[in-house]
Amino acid sequence: MVKTFACSFTATNLDARSGISSVVARLRTLGVPAARVDEVQIALTEAVNNVVEHAYADAAPGDVRIKAELSPERLWISIQDAGAPFPNGQLPEGKPADVDVPVKNLPEGGFGWFLIRELASQVQYERSGGSNNLSLCFEIQVTSPPAQA
Amino acid sequence: MSLTTTMTDGAQIVKVNAERIDAAMAIQFKEDMRTETESGPERVILDLSEVQFIDSSGLGAIVAAMKQLGGGRKLDLAGLTPMVEKVFRLTRMDTIFDLYSSLSEATAPASANS
Repeated sequence: MVKTFACSFTATNLDARSGISSVVARLRTLGVPAARVDEVQIALTEAVNNVVEHAYADAAPGDVRIKAELSPERLWISIQDAGAPFPNGQLPEGKPADVDVPVKNLPEGGFGWFLIRELASQVQYERSGGSNNLSLCFEIQVTSPPAQA
Repeated sequence: MSLTTTMTDGAQIVKVNAERIDAAMAIQFKEDMRTETESGPERVILDLSEVQFIDSSGLGAIVAAMKQLGGGRKLDLAGLTPMVEKVFRLTRMDTIFDLYSSLSEATAPASANS
């Protein structure tokens, strides 16, 4: 059985925080194991941060729409925005940060795509109708949801 | 962003009184850390035990906080909760800081550099 839900919010840091929190809370009630929910939260946060910081960088913040599709073995989360496309229509490679450097040269950013690619089992991107559609897949072993009172 | 400083034997302990260090507060965190650690002992211990979530912006801000300490001073991290620890481990940033499971471990005499 597949369960779906969706939410949308304005692409600001604070709205993103509460939007993602609502997705995370829903995944917990649907029986996704806590450790997996944590990983989904990390990857989803990075993907949405990118929308806030890059896709809508040169425009008033538009909407971010998140759709989740949970089946017993996997979770697909799609993130849609109407902002700028990825440069060259390509997703960033997400290379690991080089930490074998002097402290003053350590990176202070650029971790986001690496985290997304580490945590998601599949990443798909499509630009259509002026929208970015990014989909992340996570392998899941759903446990029984907590009993409802 | 609320930071609280206490001084202990040879170290400054900065506690983060927030549940998250994320994109919404990373810049503020970095600036507040600059103010808190402008002067002080060589060793600064960042107590992260209240922090339940960190993203790459927050991670970058902690790296920045270490860099702005300058040479000769170091930033150690204490009390990482599971999700925070996971982000540090995945990005290999756990290799550039000394990590302690708790503040008491970070300040225990046995953990002092010899």
